[in-house]
Amino acid sequence: MKSNSRRTAFLFTCVAPAVILFTIFMLVPTFNVFRLSLFQRSTFNPQETFIGLKNFQMLMNDATFIRSMQNMLLLIVMVTVFTMGTALVFAGILTREKLRGQNFFRIVFYIPNILSVVVISGIFSAIYDVDRGLLNSILSVFGSEGVLWKGEEHVIMSLVIAMVWQAIGYYMVMYMASMAAVPVDLYESSSLDGATGVTQFFQITLPLIWTNIRTTLTFFIISTINMAFLFVSAMTSGGPNNASNVALLYMYNQKNLGGGYGYAMAIGVVIFLFSFGLSAIVNKATERDVLEY
Amino acid sequence: MKENTTLQANKGQRLYKIFIYLVLSLLAIVILVPVAWVMVASVKETSEHYGSPWALPTHIHWQNFVDAWTKANMGGYMLHSVMITALALIILLVVALPASYCLARFKFPGQKFLNTAFMAGLFINVNYIVVPIYLMLSDGDKLLKGILGKAVLLNNHFVVAIVYAATALPFTIYLLSSYFSTLPHDFEEAAYIDGAGYFKTMIKIIFPMAKPSIITVILFNFLSFWNEYIIIKTLVTERDQWTLPAGLLNLMQAQQSAAEYGPMYAGLVLVMLPVLILYICVQKNLTQGMTVGGLKG
Repeated sequence: MKSNSRRTAFLFTCVAPAVILFTIFMLVPTFNVFRLSLFQRSTFNPQETFIGLKNFQMLMNDATFIRSMQNMLLLIVMVTVFTMGTALVFAGILTREKLRGQNFFRIVFYIPNILSVVVISGIFSAIYDVDRGLLNSILSVFGSEGVLWKGEEHVIMSLVIAMVWQAIGYYMVMYMASMAAVPVDLYESSSLDGATGVTQFFQITLPLIWTNIRTTLTFFIISTINMAFLFVSAMTSGGPNNASNVALLYMYNQKNLGGGYGYAMAIGVVIFLFSFGLSAIVNKATERDVLEY
Repeated sequence: MKENTTLQANKGQRLYKIFIYLVLSLLAIVILVPVAWVMVASVKETSEHYGSPWALPTHIHWQNFVDAWTKANMGGYMLHSVMITALALIILLVVALPASYCLARFKFPGQKFLNTAFMAGLFINVNYIVVPIYLMLSDGDKLLKGILGKAVLLNNHFVVAIVYAATALPFTIYLLSSYFSTLPHDFEEAAYIDGAGYFKTMIKIIFPMAKPSIITVILFNFLSFWNEYIIIKTLVTERDQWTLPAGLLNLMQAQQSAAEYGPMYAGLVLVMLPVLILYICVQKNLTQGMTVGGLKG
Protein backbone atom coordinates (compact mmCIF):
# COMPACT_ATOMS: atom_id res chain seq x y z
CA MET A 1 0.00 0.00 0.00
CA LYS A 2 2.80 2.32 0.92
CA SER A 3 4.67 1.54 -2.29
CA ASN A 4 1.51 2.27 -4.26
CA SER A 5 1.14 5.78 -2.84
CA ARG A 6 4.83 6.36 -3.50
CA ARG A 7 4.33 5.36 -7.09
CA THR A 8 1.43 7.80 -7.41
CA ALA A 9 3.49 10.60 -5.86
CA PHE A 10 6.36 9.88 -8.25
CA LEU A 11 4.14 9.82 -11.33
CA PHE A 12 2.39 13.00 -10.27
CA THR A 13 5.63 14.97 -9.71
CA CYS A 14 6.98 13.85 -13.05
CA VAL A 15 3.94 14.42 -15.22
CA ALA A 16 2.23 17.41 -13.59
CA PRO A 17 4.72 20.16 -14.63
CA ALA A 18 4.53 19.15 -18.28
CA VAL A 19 0.73 18.96 -18.20
CA ILE A 20 0.46 22.35 -16.50
CA LEU A 21 2.78 24.11 -18.96
CA PHE A 22 1.13 22.40 -21.93
CA THR A 23 -2.33 23.38 -20.69
CA ILE A 24 -1.52 27.03 -19.94
CA PHE A 25 0.55 27.81 -23.01
CA MET A 26 -0.96 25.53 -25.67
CA LEU A 27 -4.41 24.19 -24.85
CA VAL A 28 -5.87 27.37 -23.32
CA PRO A 29 -4.56 29.64 -26.12
CA THR A 30 -5.88 27.21 -28.75
CA PHE A 31 -9.27 27.18 -27.04
CA ASN A 32 -9.13 30.99 -26.93
CA VAL A 33 -8.54 31.20 -30.68
CA PHE A 34 -11.91 29.52 -31.21
CA ARG A 35 -13.70 31.31 -28.37
CA LEU A 36 -12.49 34.82 -29.24
CA SER A 37 -13.47 34.38 -32.88
CA LEU A 38 -17.11 34.74 -31.72
CA PHE A 39 -16.38 37.94 -29.80
CA GLN A 40 -15.51 41.51 -30.54
CA ARG A 41 -12.44 42.80 -28.73
CA SER A 42 -10.67 45.97 -29.76
CA THR A 43 -6.95 46.47 -29.45
CA PHE A 44 -7.14 49.03 -26.64
CA ASN A 45 -10.10 47.86 -24.60
CA PRO A 46 -10.09 44.35 -23.08
CA GLN A 47 -13.92 44.42 -23.05
CA GLU A 48 -15.27 41.36 -24.91
CA THR A 49 -18.70 41.43 -26.56
CA PHE A 50 -20.33 38.30 -27.97
CA ILE A 51 -21.26 38.85 -31.62
CA GLY A 52 -21.77 35.29 -32.88
CA LEU A 53 -20.55 34.61 -36.40
CA LYS A 54 -20.32 38.28 -37.42
CA ASN A 55 -16.51 38.16 -37.66
CA PHE A 56 -16.77 35.34 -40.19
CA GLN A 57 -19.39 37.21 -42.21
CA MET A 58 -17.07 40.20 -42.37
CA LEU A 59 -14.22 37.95 -43.52
CA MET A 60 -16.23 36.78 -46.52
CA ASN A 61 -16.33 40.35 -47.79
CA ASP A 62 -12.75 41.25 -46.93
CA ALA A 63 -10.82 41.42 -50.21
CA THR A 64 -7.42 41.51 -48.47
CA PHE A 65 -8.28 38.37 -46.53
CA ILE A 66 -9.37 36.53 -49.67
CA ARG A 67 -6.21 37.61 -51.44
CA SER A 68 -4.05 36.46 -48.53
CA MET A 69 -5.77 33.06 -48.55
CA GLN A 70 -5.16 32.75 -52.30
CA ASN A 71 -1.50 33.66 -51.86
CA MET A 72 -1.17 31.10 -49.09
CA LEU A 73 -2.70 28.37 -51.24
CA LEU A 74 -0.50 29.34 -54.18
CA LEU A 75 2.63 29.19 -52.01
CA ILE A 76 1.61 25.83 -50.53
CA VAL A 77 1.05 24.24 -53.95
CA MET A 78 4.17 25.62 -55.62
CA VAL A 79 6.57 25.08 -52.72
CA THR A 80 5.27 21.56 -52.10
CA VAL A 81 5.49 20.47 -55.73
CA PHE A 82 8.98 21.89 -56.29
CA THR A 83 10.45 20.78 -52.96
CA MET A 84 8.98 17.28 -52.92
CA GLY A 85 9.67 16.65 -56.61
CA THR A 86 13.30 17.70 -56.55
CA ALA A 87 14.02 16.22 -53.13
CA LEU A 88 12.71 12.81 -54.23
CA VAL A 89 14.65 12.79 -57.50
CA PHE A 90 17.90 13.88 -55.86
CA ALA A 91 17.48 11.44 -53.00
CA GLY A 92 16.85 8.67 -55.53
CA ILE A 93 20.06 9.51 -57.37
CA LEU A 94 22.15 9.90 -54.23
CA THR A 95 21.10 6.61 -52.65
CA ARG A 96 21.23 4.48 -55.79
CA GLU A 97 24.48 5.70 -57.30
CA LYS A 98 27.81 5.11 -55.62
CA LEU A 99 29.21 8.61 -55.64
CA ARG A 100 32.30 10.14 -54.12
CA GLY A 101 31.79 13.03 -51.72
CA GLN A 102 28.27 11.90 -50.85
CA ASN A 103 28.79 13.01 -47.30
CA PHE A 104 29.95 16.45 -48.43
CA PHE A 105 26.80 16.95 -50.50
CA ARG A 106 24.64 15.75 -47.64
CA ILE A 107 26.25 18.25 -45.24
CA VAL A 108 25.96 21.16 -47.70
CA PHE A 109 22.35 20.47 -48.69
CA TYR A 110 21.26 20.53 -45.07
CA ILE A 111 22.78 23.95 -44.26
CA PRO A 112 19.78 26.15 -45.26
CA ASN A 113 17.58 24.24 -42.86
CA ILE A 114 19.56 25.28 -39.80
CA LEU A 115 19.62 29.00 -40.64
CA SER A 116 17.09 31.41 -39.18
CA VAL A 117 14.44 32.66 -41.57
CA VAL A 118 15.73 36.15 -40.77
CA VAL A 119 19.20 35.19 -42.00
CA ILE A 120 17.74 33.62 -45.13
CA SER A 121 15.69 36.71 -45.84
CA GLY A 122 18.87 38.78 -45.42
CA ILE A 123 20.70 36.52 -47.86
CA PHE A 124 17.88 36.72 -50.36
CA SER A 125 17.57 40.48 -50.10
CA ALA A 126 21.21 40.54 -51.26
CA ILE A 127 20.29 38.20 -54.11
CA TYR A 128 17.13 40.04 -55.16
CA ASP A 129 18.42 43.63 -54.84
CA VAL A 130 17.50 45.52 -58.01
CA ASP A 131 20.75 47.45 -58.59
CA ARG A 132 23.39 45.49 -56.71
CA GLY A 133 21.74 42.07 -56.43
CA LEU A 134 23.51 38.85 -57.35
CA LEU A 135 20.69 37.61 -59.56
CA ASN A 136 20.34 40.76 -61.63
CA SER A 137 24.11 41.04 -62.06
CA ILE A 138 24.19 37.51 -63.46
CA LEU A 139 21.20 38.22 -65.71
CA SER A 140 22.77 41.45 -66.98
CA VAL A 141 25.53 39.32 -68.55
CA PHE A 142 22.80 37.94 -70.81
CA GLY A 143 21.62 41.47 -71.56
CA SER A 144 18.57 41.41 -69.32
CA GLU A 145 17.27 44.58 -67.72
CA GLY A 146 17.11 44.84 -63.94
CA VAL A 147 14.20 42.73 -62.71
CA LEU A 148 12.14 43.90 -59.73
CA TRP A 149 12.22 40.56 -57.90
CA LYS A 150 10.21 41.86 -54.99
CA GLY A 151 7.83 43.82 -57.21
CA GLU A 152 4.18 42.94 -57.44
CA GLU A 153 4.66 40.77 -60.50
CA HIS A 154 7.45 38.45 -59.29
CA VAL A 155 7.19 38.57 -55.52
CA ILE A 156 5.43 35.19 -55.10
CA MET A 157 7.96 33.46 -57.36
CA SER A 158 10.81 35.01 -55.36
CA LEU A 159 9.30 33.73 -52.13
CA VAL A 160 8.86 30.25 -53.62
CA ILE A 161 12.53 30.14 -54.61
CA ALA A 162 13.66 31.16 -51.12
CA MET A 163 11.35 28.65 -49.44
CA VAL A 164 12.39 25.77 -51.71
CA TRP A 165 16.03 26.72 -51.13
CA GLN A 166 15.44 26.41 -47.41
CA ALA A 167 13.44 23.17 -47.33
CA ILE A 168 14.93 20.99 -50.04
CA GLY A 169 17.93 19.61 -48.14
CA TYR A 170 15.91 18.54 -45.14
CA TYR A 171 13.50 16.47 -47.19
CA MET A 172 16.27 15.06 -49.34
CA VAL A 173 18.17 13.74 -46.31
CA MET A 174 14.96 12.32 -44.92
CA TYR A 175 14.01 10.50 -48.15
CA MET A 176 17.55 9.22 -48.49
CA ALA A 177 17.19 7.57 -45.10
CA SER A 178 13.98 5.81 -46.06
CA MET A 179 15.21 4.86 -49.54
CA ALA A 180 18.33 3.30 -48.06
CA ALA A 181 16.04 0.78 -46.34
CA VAL A 182 14.74 -0.60 -49.66
CA PRO A 183 16.47 -3.98 -50.23
CA VAL A 184 19.16 -3.88 -52.92
CA ASP A 185 18.22 -7.24 -54.46
CA LEU A 186 14.96 -5.72 -55.72
CA TYR A 187 17.00 -3.38 -57.91
CA GLU A 188 19.42 -6.10 -58.93
CA SER A 189 16.75 -8.54 -60.06
CA SER A 190 14.82 -5.83 -61.90
CA SER A 191 17.91 -4.62 -63.76
CA LEU A 192 18.45 -8.24 -64.88
CA ASP A 193 14.97 -7.96 -66.37
CA GLY A 194 16.16 -4.87 -68.21
CA ALA A 195 14.63 -2.11 -66.10
CA THR A 196 16.36 1.26 -66.36
CA GLY A 197 17.09 3.59 -63.45
CA VAL A 198 14.04 5.71 -64.24
CA THR A 199 11.71 2.69 -64.32
CA GLN A 200 13.18 1.46 -61.07
CA PHE A 201 12.59 4.85 -59.46
CA PHE A 202 8.91 4.90 -60.39
CA GLN A 203 8.16 1.16 -60.06
CA ILE A 204 10.23 0.23 -57.01
CA THR A 205 11.49 3.21 -55.02
CA LEU A 206 8.39 5.41 -54.98
CA PRO A 207 5.81 2.66 -54.22
CA LEU A 208 7.96 1.22 -51.43
CA ILE A 209 8.47 4.50 -49.57
CA TRP A 210 4.94 5.71 -50.28
CA THR A 211 3.90 5.64 -46.60
CA ASN A 212 6.80 7.93 -45.75
CA ILE A 213 5.94 10.29 -48.61
CA ARG A 214 2.35 10.52 -47.41
CA THR A 215 3.29 11.37 -43.84
CA THR A 216 5.84 13.97 -44.87
CA LEU A 217 3.42 15.49 -47.37
CA THR A 218 0.82 16.10 -44.68
CA PHE A 219 3.35 17.64 -42.34
CA PHE A 220 4.92 19.62 -45.14
CA ILE A 221 1.61 21.30 -45.95
CA ILE A 222 1.04 22.25 -42.32
CA SER A 223 4.57 23.53 -41.94
CA THR A 224 4.44 25.47 -45.22
CA ILE A 225 1.50 27.53 -43.94
CA ASN A 226 3.72 28.45 -41.05
CA MET A 227 6.95 28.92 -43.00
CA ALA A 228 5.12 31.13 -45.52
CA PHE A 229 4.20 33.40 -42.62
CA LEU A 230 7.80 33.54 -41.36
CA PHE A 231 9.26 34.17 -44.82
CA VAL A 232 6.72 36.78 -45.85
CA SER A 233 6.95 38.68 -42.57
CA ALA A 234 10.75 38.77 -42.77
CA MET A 235 11.18 39.33 -46.52
CA THR A 236 8.32 41.51 -47.73
CA SER A 237 5.97 42.25 -44.80
CA GLY A 238 3.19 41.26 -47.18
CA GLY A 239 3.89 43.97 -49.70
CA PRO A 240 3.92 45.49 -52.18
CA ASN A 241 0.25 46.30 -52.06
CA ASN A 242 -0.66 42.98 -50.35
CA ALA A 243 0.69 41.07 -53.35
CA SER A 244 2.52 38.69 -51.03
CA ASN A 245 0.31 38.88 -47.94
CA VAL A 246 -0.57 35.50 -46.41
CA ALA A 247 -3.42 34.71 -44.04
CA LEU A 248 -1.33 34.16 -40.90
CA LEU A 249 0.44 37.50 -41.39
CA TYR A 250 -2.88 39.24 -41.97
CA MET A 251 -4.10 37.71 -38.72
CA TYR A 252 -0.97 38.80 -36.87
CA ASN A 253 -1.17 42.34 -38.24
CA GLN A 254 -4.78 42.92 -37.11
CA LYS A 255 -3.28 44.35 -33.93
CA ASN A 256 -2.00 47.29 -35.96
CA LEU A 257 -4.66 47.29 -38.68
CA GLY A 258 -7.40 47.96 -36.12
CA GLY A 259 -9.49 44.89 -36.97
CA GLY A 260 -9.46 43.87 -33.31
CA TYR A 261 -8.52 40.58 -31.71
CA GLY A 262 -11.85 38.87 -32.33
CA TYR A 263 -11.49 39.44 -36.05
CA ALA A 264 -7.86 38.22 -35.93
CA MET A 265 -8.92 35.01 -34.20
CA ALA A 266 -11.67 34.41 -36.76
CA ILE A 267 -8.91 34.44 -39.40
CA GLY A 268 -6.99 32.00 -37.21
CA VAL A 269 -9.97 29.65 -37.08
CA VAL A 270 -10.35 29.71 -40.86
CA ILE A 271 -6.64 28.87 -41.34
CA PHE A 272 -6.90 26.12 -38.73
CA LEU A 273 -9.87 24.49 -40.45
CA PHE A 274 -8.33 25.06 -43.86
CA SER A 275 -5.10 23.30 -42.90
CA PHE A 276 -6.94 20.34 -41.41
CA GLY A 277 -9.23 20.09 -44.43
CA LEU A 278 -6.33 20.25 -46.84
CA SER A 279 -4.38 17.59 -44.94
CA ALA A 280 -7.44 15.33 -44.91
CA ILE A 281 -7.93 15.76 -48.66
CA VAL A 282 -4.27 15.10 -49.42
CA ASN A 283 -4.27 12.12 -47.10
CA LYS A 284 -7.33 10.66 -48.85
CA ALA A 285 -6.03 11.39 -52.36
CA THR A 286 -2.69 9.71 -51.74
CA GLU A 287 -4.18 6.56 -50.22
CA ARG A 288 -2.67 3.39 -51.74
CA ASP A 289 -2.36 -0.21 -50.63
CA VAL A 290 0.70 -0.46 -48.43
CA LEU A 291 3.44 -2.50 -50.08
CA GLU A 292 5.77 -4.51 -47.91
CA TYR A 293 9.29 -5.63 -48.52
CA MET B 1 30.27 -7.47 -80.95
CA LYS B 2 29.33 -8.12 -77.37
CA GLU B 3 32.37 -6.28 -76.09
CA ASN B 4 31.38 -3.29 -78.14
CA THR B 5 27.96 -2.91 -76.50
CA THR B 6 29.35 -3.20 -72.98
CA LEU B 7 31.91 -0.57 -73.90
CA GLN B 8 29.14 1.68 -75.10
CA ALA B 9 27.10 0.97 -71.99
CA ASN B 10 30.11 1.89 -69.88
CA LYS B 11 30.51 5.12 -71.78
CA GLY B 12 26.84 5.96 -71.24
CA GLN B 13 27.25 5.10 -67.59
CA ARG B 14 30.22 7.47 -67.31
CA LEU B 15 28.39 10.31 -69.03
CA TYR B 16 25.42 9.78 -66.75
CA LYS B 17 27.68 9.93 -63.70
CA ILE B 18 29.32 13.14 -64.88
CA PHE B 19 25.89 14.64 -65.44
CA ILE B 20 24.84 13.69 -61.90
CA TYR B 21 27.98 15.26 -60.44
CA LEU B 22 27.30 18.42 -62.43
CA VAL B 23 23.75 18.72 -61.12
CA LEU B 24 24.76 18.01 -57.55
CA SER B 25 27.63 20.49 -57.69
CA LEU B 26 25.30 23.10 -59.13
CA LEU B 27 22.90 22.64 -56.23
CA ALA B 28 25.80 22.81 -53.75
CA ILE B 29 26.97 26.05 -55.38
CA VAL B 30 23.49 27.54 -55.22
CA ILE B 31 23.50 26.88 -51.48
CA LEU B 32 27.10 27.76 -50.63
CA VAL B 33 27.66 30.86 -52.76
CA PRO B 34 25.00 33.10 -51.16
CA VAL B 35 26.14 32.09 -47.66
CA ALA B 36 29.79 32.74 -48.50
CA TRP B 37 28.88 35.97 -50.27
CA VAL B 38 27.28 37.37 -47.12
CA MET B 39 30.41 36.53 -45.16
CA VAL B 40 32.60 38.34 -47.68
CA ALA B 41 30.20 41.29 -47.77
CA SER B 42 30.40 41.60 -44.00
CA VAL B 43 34.03 42.75 -44.25
CA LYS B 44 33.54 45.15 -47.17
CA GLU B 45 33.89 48.89 -46.80
CA THR B 46 30.73 50.98 -47.34
CA SER B 47 31.95 52.34 -50.68
CA GLU B 48 32.69 48.82 -51.90
CA HIS B 49 29.03 47.87 -51.54
CA TYR B 50 28.19 50.17 -54.40
CA GLY B 51 30.55 48.49 -56.86
CA SER B 52 30.06 45.14 -58.55
CA PRO B 53 28.58 42.62 -56.08
CA TRP B 54 31.19 40.06 -57.15
CA ALA B 55 34.24 42.23 -56.41
CA LEU B 56 36.32 41.04 -53.46
CA PRO B 57 37.14 43.54 -50.71
CA THR B 58 40.57 45.18 -50.90
CA HIS B 59 41.12 44.71 -47.19
CA ILE B 60 39.22 43.22 -44.28
CA HIS B 61 37.10 45.90 -42.71
CA TRP B 62 36.42 44.65 -39.17
CA GLN B 63 34.85 47.97 -38.23
CA ASN B 64 31.51 46.60 -39.52
CA PHE B 65 31.48 44.08 -36.69
CA VAL B 66 32.42 46.70 -34.12
CA ASP B 67 29.60 48.92 -35.37
CA ALA B 68 27.11 46.05 -35.37
CA TRP B 69 28.18 44.92 -31.89
CA THR B 70 28.09 48.34 -30.22
CA LYS B 71 26.02 50.81 -32.24
CA ALA B 72 23.42 48.34 -33.48
CA ASN B 73 23.27 46.64 -30.06
CA MET B 74 24.11 43.18 -31.46
CA GLY B 75 26.18 42.56 -28.32
CA GLY B 76 23.12 43.03 -26.13
CA TYR B 77 20.97 40.92 -28.46
CA MET B 78 23.58 38.16 -28.37
CA LEU B 79 23.50 38.15 -24.57
CA HIS B 80 19.69 37.88 -24.55
CA SER B 81 19.78 35.10 -27.15
CA VAL B 82 22.27 33.06 -25.13
CA MET B 83 20.35 33.59 -21.89
CA ILE B 84 16.89 32.80 -23.24
CA THR B 85 18.04 29.80 -25.29
CA ALA B 86 19.94 28.28 -22.35
CA LEU B 87 17.13 28.91 -19.90
CA ALA B 88 14.48 27.50 -22.26
CA LEU B 89 16.56 24.37 -22.89
CA ILE B 90 17.03 23.76 -19.16
CA ILE B 91 13.33 24.22 -18.41
CA LEU B 92 12.40 22.00 -21.33
CA LEU B 93 14.68 19.14 -20.27
CA VAL B 94 13.73 19.31 -16.60
CA VAL B 95 10.03 19.18 -17.48
CA ALA B 96 10.03 16.91 -20.53
CA LEU B 97 12.45 14.14 -19.48
CA PRO B 98 10.54 12.85 -16.41
CA ALA B 99 7.20 13.33 -18.15
CA SER B 100 8.22 11.36 -21.26
CA TYR B 101 9.69 8.62 -19.10
CA CYS B 102 6.48 8.18 -17.10
CA LEU B 103 4.21 8.48 -20.12
CA ALA B 104 6.19 5.86 -22.01
CA ARG B 105 6.84 3.29 -19.30
CA PHE B 106 4.13 3.42 -16.63
CA LYS B 107 0.48 2.51 -16.83
CA PHE B 108 -1.80 4.84 -14.92
CA PRO B 109 -5.30 6.24 -15.30
CA GLY B 110 -5.37 9.03 -17.89
CA GLN B 111 -2.06 8.00 -19.45
CA LYS B 112 -3.63 7.17 -22.82
CA PHE B 113 -5.48 10.47 -22.82
CA LEU B 114 -2.32 12.46 -22.03
CA ASN B 115 -0.37 10.70 -24.76
CA THR B 116 -3.08 11.57 -27.29
CA ALA B 117 -3.22 15.17 -26.05
CA PHE B 118 0.53 15.67 -26.49
CA MET B 119 0.34 14.02 -29.93
CA ALA B 120 -2.42 16.44 -30.91
CA GLY B 121 -0.16 19.23 -29.68
CA LEU B 122 2.20 18.40 -32.56
CA PHE B 123 -0.38 19.95 -34.87
CA ILE B 124 -0.73 23.21 -32.94
CA ASN B 125 1.77 25.60 -34.37
CA VAL B 126 2.95 28.35 -32.08
CA ASN B 127 2.27 31.04 -34.68
CA TYR B 128 -1.46 30.31 -34.48
CA ILE B 129 -1.54 30.88 -30.75
CA VAL B 130 0.98 33.65 -30.25
CA VAL B 131 -1.75 36.32 -30.20
CA PRO B 132 -3.86 34.59 -27.50
CA ILE B 133 -0.69 34.00 -25.46
CA TYR B 134 0.07 37.72 -25.69
CA LEU B 135 -3.50 38.58 -24.66
CA MET B 136 -3.37 36.15 -21.73
CA LEU B 137 -0.12 37.68 -20.46
CA SER B 138 -1.27 41.25 -20.97
CA ASP B 139 -4.57 40.56 -19.16
CA GLY B 140 -2.54 38.91 -16.40
CA ASP B 141 -0.34 42.00 -16.20
CA LYS B 142 -3.37 44.24 -15.77
CA LEU B 143 -4.53 42.01 -12.93
CA LEU B 144 -1.10 41.98 -11.29
CA LYS B 145 -0.81 45.73 -11.56
CA GLY B 146 -3.89 45.99 -9.38
CA ILE B 147 -2.47 43.58 -6.79
CA LEU B 148 1.31 44.03 -6.84
CA GLY B 149 1.47 47.48 -8.35
CA LYS B 150 3.65 46.39 -11.26
CA ALA B 151 3.41 44.30 -14.43
CA VAL B 152 5.81 41.37 -14.67
CA LEU B 153 4.60 39.00 -17.39
CA LEU B 154 5.27 40.90 -20.60
CA ASN B 155 8.82 42.12 -21.31
CA ASN B 156 10.12 39.29 -19.17
CA HIS B 157 12.85 37.02 -20.57
CA PHE B 158 12.03 34.27 -18.11
CA VAL B 159 8.42 34.15 -19.32
CA VAL B 160 9.65 34.02 -22.92
CA ALA B 161 11.87 31.06 -22.04
CA ILE B 162 8.91 29.29 -20.43
CA VAL B 163 6.78 29.89 -23.53
CA TYR B 164 9.55 28.49 -25.74
CA ALA B 165 9.88 25.42 -23.55
CA ALA B 166 6.12 24.86 -23.26
CA THR B 167 5.51 25.08 -27.01
CA ALA B 168 8.39 22.67 -27.65
CA LEU B 169 6.92 20.06 -25.27
CA PRO B 170 4.82 17.99 -27.71
CA PHE B 171 7.70 17.40 -30.15
CA THR B 172 10.20 16.73 -27.37
CA ILE B 173 7.93 14.35 -25.47
CA TYR B 174 7.09 12.54 -28.69
CA LEU B 175 10.76 12.06 -29.50
CA LEU B 176 11.86 11.03 -26.00
CA SER B 177 8.88 8.73 -25.36
CA SER B 178 9.49 6.85 -28.57
CA TYR B 179 13.01 6.15 -27.32
CA PHE B 180 12.02 5.25 -23.74
CA SER B 181 9.37 2.80 -24.92
CA THR B 182 11.99 0.72 -26.76
CA LEU B 183 13.95 -0.08 -23.57
CA PRO B 184 13.32 -3.47 -21.92
CA HIS B 185 11.74 -3.36 -18.47
CA ASP B 186 14.53 -5.46 -16.92
CA PHE B 187 16.56 -2.35 -16.13
CA GLU B 188 14.04 -0.97 -13.68
CA GLU B 189 13.19 -4.33 -12.16
CA ALA B 190 16.86 -4.97 -11.39
CA ALA B 191 17.21 -1.51 -9.86
CA TYR B 192 14.08 -1.91 -7.73
CA ILE B 193 15.31 -5.26 -6.42
CA ASP B 194 18.57 -3.55 -5.43
CA GLY B 195 16.45 -1.17 -3.40
CA ALA B 196 16.64 1.93 -5.60
CA GLY B 197 13.57 4.19 -5.53
CA TYR B 198 11.64 5.49 -8.53
CA PHE B 199 13.53 8.78 -8.76
CA LYS B 200 16.94 7.23 -8.30
CA THR B 201 16.23 4.60 -10.96
CA MET B 202 15.03 7.22 -13.41
CA ILE B 203 17.92 9.63 -12.91
CA LYS B 204 20.79 7.20 -12.38
CA ILE B 205 19.83 4.33 -14.73
CA ILE B 206 17.44 5.47 -17.42
CA PHE B 207 18.52 9.03 -18.28
CA PRO B 208 22.18 8.14 -18.93
CA MET B 209 21.02 5.53 -21.43
CA ALA B 210 18.92 8.09 -23.26
CA LYS B 211 21.92 10.34 -23.94
CA PRO B 212 21.79 10.11 -27.78
CA SER B 213 18.10 11.04 -27.79
CA ILE B 214 18.72 13.87 -25.33
CA ILE B 215 21.45 15.25 -27.59
CA THR B 216 19.08 15.15 -30.57
CA VAL B 217 16.43 16.97 -28.52
CA ILE B 218 18.91 19.64 -27.44
CA LEU B 219 20.13 20.17 -31.01
CA PHE B 220 16.72 20.56 -32.61
CA ASN B 221 15.39 22.80 -29.87
CA PHE B 222 18.57 24.88 -29.75
CA LEU B 223 18.08 25.63 -33.44
CA SER B 224 14.42 26.52 -33.07
CA PHE B 225 14.95 28.71 -29.95
CA TRP B 226 18.03 30.46 -31.33
CA ASN B 227 16.34 31.24 -34.66
CA GLU B 228 12.94 32.25 -33.26
CA TYR B 229 11.78 35.83 -33.73
CA ILE B 230 7.96 36.04 -33.74
CA ILE B 231 7.36 35.22 -30.07
CA ILE B 232 10.08 37.48 -28.74
CA LYS B 233 8.83 40.37 -30.90
CA THR B 234 5.29 39.85 -29.61
CA LEU B 235 5.90 39.23 -25.92
CA VAL B 236 8.70 41.77 -25.49
CA THR B 237 7.72 45.28 -26.54
CA GLU B 238 10.99 47.00 -25.60
CA ARG B 239 13.15 46.67 -28.70
CA ASP B 240 16.51 46.71 -26.94
CA GLN B 241 15.42 43.61 -25.00
CA TRP B 242 15.04 41.46 -28.14
CA THR B 243 17.16 38.50 -29.25
CA LEU B 244 19.55 38.34 -32.21
CA PRO B 245 17.13 37.38 -35.03
CA ALA B 246 14.51 39.94 -33.98
CA GLY B 247 17.14 42.64 -33.52
CA LEU B 248 18.71 41.75 -36.84
CA LEU B 249 15.39 41.98 -38.65
CA ASN B 250 14.95 45.41 -37.11
CA LEU B 251 18.46 46.40 -38.23
CA MET B 252 17.82 45.07 -41.74
CA GLN B 253 14.65 47.09 -42.14
CA ALA B 254 16.41 50.20 -40.78
CA GLN B 255 19.62 49.78 -42.81
CA GLN B 256 17.74 49.15 -46.00
CA SER B 257 16.59 52.74 -46.09
CA ALA B 258 19.83 54.19 -44.69
CA ALA B 259 21.89 51.95 -47.03
CA GLU B 260 24.44 50.99 -44.36
CA TYR B 261 25.12 47.52 -45.70
CA GLY B 262 28.32 46.72 -43.81
CA PRO B 263 26.96 46.43 -40.24
CA MET B 264 23.85 44.67 -41.56
CA TYR B 265 25.87 41.85 -43.14
CA ALA B 266 28.10 41.75 -40.07
CA GLY B 267 24.94 41.25 -38.00
CA LEU B 268 23.84 38.43 -40.33
CA VAL B 269 27.18 36.69 -39.83
CA LEU B 270 26.89 37.10 -36.05
CA VAL B 271 23.54 35.31 -36.11
CA MET B 272 24.49 32.44 -38.36
CA LEU B 273 28.09 31.77 -37.26
CA PRO B 274 27.30 30.05 -33.92
CA VAL B 275 24.74 27.86 -35.67
CA LEU B 276 27.11 26.94 -38.50
CA ILE B 277 29.96 26.11 -36.12
CA LEU B 278 27.68 23.94 -34.02
CA TYR B 279 26.34 22.25 -37.15
CA ILE B 280 29.81 21.37 -38.43
CA CYS B 281 30.69 19.87 -35.02
CA VAL B 282 27.57 17.75 -34.69
CA GLN B 283 26.27 17.29 -38.25
CA LYS B 284 26.32 13.49 -37.88
CA ASN B 285 23.94 13.59 -34.91
CA LEU B 286 21.67 16.05 -36.65
CA THR B 287 21.20 14.29 -39.97
CA GLN B 288 20.87 10.94 -38.22
CA GLY B 289 18.60 12.28 -35.51
CA MET B 290 16.22 13.66 -38.04
CA THR B 291 15.08 10.25 -39.17
CA VAL B 292 13.70 9.91 -35.66
CA GLY B 293 12.36 13.44 -35.53
CA GLY B 294 11.08 13.32 -39.08
CA LEU B 295 7.82 14.90 -38.05
CA LYS B 296 9.21 18.31 -37.26
CA GLY B 297 8.52 20.84 -39.98
